[in-house]
Order: sequence, then C-alpha cells, then structure tokens
Amino acid sequence: MAVDNELKIELGKQGVFVTTIEELYNWGRRSSVWPMQFGLACCAIEMIATTMARYDLARFGAEVFRPSPRQADLMIISGTVTKKMAPQVVRLYNQMGEPKYVIAMGACAISGGPFKQGYNVLKGIDRYIPVDVHIPGCPPRPEALIQAFMTLQKKIDGQSLTGADRPRHLDAEAQGEFPVPEPGEHDLEPTSNPGVWTVPVVIR
Amino acid sequence: MASNPYFSLAVLFVVALGFGLAPLGLARLWAIVFSPAKPNTVKNAIYECGLVSKGDAWVQFRSAYYLYAIIFLIFDVEAVFLLPFAVAFTGLGMAACAAMLVFVLLLVEGLAWAWAKGILTWA
Ligand code: SF4
Repeated sequence: MAVDNELKIELGKQGVFVTTIEELYNWGRRSSVWPMQFGLACCAIEMIATTMARYDLARFGAEVFRPSPRQADLMIISGTVTKKMAPQVVRLYNQMGEPKYVIAMGACAISGGPFKQGYNVLKGIDRYIPVDVHIPGCPPRPEALIQAFMTLQKKIDGQSLTGADRPRHLDAEAQGEFPVPEPGEHDLEPTSNPGVWTVPVVIR
Repeated sequence: MASNPYFSLAVLFVVALGFGLAPLGLARLWAIVFSPAKPNTVKNAIYECGLVSKGDAWVQFRSAYYLYAIIFLIFDVEAVFLLPFAVAFTGLGMAACAAMLVFVLLLVEGLAWAWAKGILTWA
C-alpha cells in the first residue's frame, strides 16, 4: 500500500520516517549504479573526466567502475560503435546481470555521429540494445553525462516492483537475451534487433 | 548450561552464522518472489572479454609445475637466510660462516640432485 505523499511529509515533520519496500529497493539501486569500465572513442575521455575529482561522479554512488560485466549495472556507450565492435558490446550487455541500464553517450553512440556515412560505423547502438538515456553532443560535457545519470536515477526511482508496467528484470516473460549480431557479407546480421528497435519508414 | 564457560562463545557463533546467512537468505527470497532468473548461453559464458568464449574454465596444469615450485623453494629459503647473513657478514665469526656454508651446501645439494634427476629439462 502506497503511503499518501502529504501524510508522509507530515509524519516526517513529526520525526516519523515512513517508507515502502519498493522505495527502499529503488533507493538502494539508484544510489549504487556501478558502470562498466570500458570506453569506445573520444567520448570516453569525457567519461573519465566525469569520474575525476573536478566533476566527481562519486557523489552519485557511481564511481565504482567495474571491470567485469557481471558486477556492473550500467553500460555507458561512450563513443563510436564500429560494426566490428558492436557484437562485443552486445555480448557484454548480455553478460551483465539484471537490472541493467544503458546510457548512449554522444552523437556517435546514438546515431553514428560524424561518421554516420562510414561503411563500418553502426548508426546507433539502440539498434541492438535498449537504451535508457541518450545524450547528444560531440562530445557531451561531463555535466551532460551527470545530467544523464540523474535522469537515469529518476527513472530507477519511478520503477514499480509489481504490476503490469514493472521493469524488465522483474518480469519473467520479458526478453532476457538480446541476440548478438554476426558480421555478414555487407553488414551485420541481423541489421537490427526488432525487439528493441523498429526500422523507420523513409518517406520520400 | 548458561554457566558453561563456552556458552557465550556458542551464542556468538550462532549470531555470527546468522549475520552471514541472513543476507544470503533474504537475497534468495527476493529472487524467488520478485526477480526471475533468465539465464542463457551468452550470459553464462565463462569469459567476460566480449569475444566468444572458447573451452572450459577448469583447465588443468601439468604436474611438472609442482617440481618447479619445489625447486623454487630452494632458492627462496636460501635468499631469506642469505640476506641477513650478508648484512651481518663483517661482524661474524668463523663458526657462523662455516654454519652458513653448510646450510648453502645442503640446499645446493638439493639442486644438484634435481639436476642429476633431469627435472630441469622440460619434457
Ligand atoms: S560523439 Fe564526437 S566525441 Fe563522441 S565518440 Fe563520436 S566523434 Fe568522438
């Protein structure tokens, strides 16, 4: 049973702290989002700067960059995803334990960016894995990454434990495996994952 | 029972066990009630480098490494004693030097034995 928000504030004034399991659970998760330690291109430099003392991502409980996908909650796609690298990125995403989140950082990660016309550049990682927050910019400033981070925290905070709209990791029916693309003759096979991305219709 | 001198230890043991097991049990309960497991072959792969995993994590090492480890001990123990010996060398008497020499010779004998047995040649 959810506690009425006004009642909660009123109780808080009296020194009584009320919470629900759901709130506790989300509070714990959003305060310890551990990103995976890998960078793909120039955006990674900004990601590194974000973790350093000047911008201090540690304030959000996210300074613990994990070298193993099994220990990570967040994948920051920081840079150009080439078609050679995409299978590796998707495989690592698969190997992360649920709940897992993705921030696509920079023009390259969200669309291919300046290299969109390149024969070997993936035009956005959201073709294969579900992206939670997109940040534009080339590169985005550390503040932008922090903003994306706070957006993600808000999203985690709003996730419900039960009900039809509960997040993927609490739903036994939801998709658990994201197919890893294979290098084909001219492009990756398949060129996108229909479960997470629909091919836009081009109207000429 | 409470007068037994070990009673407090037993209580501490039970509490410590509970302290360790309760979070594990809660996590398991949470997984059963809320968070379904969705294993698949990609997720359960043994390596985490991003590439396709090959082989098994339970690789076996040659038993010949064991002999090398034993022989390494000869040098290890020798170094441990040689260092203080070298530091105190100027102040040592004849007897101490002789004792050290015997010690080194004993260890060298082990090496010579291994050498004669042909252990140092990699088969
Ligand atoms: S978006 Fe710009 S800065 Fe970021 S990886 Fe692409 S080219 Fe580099």
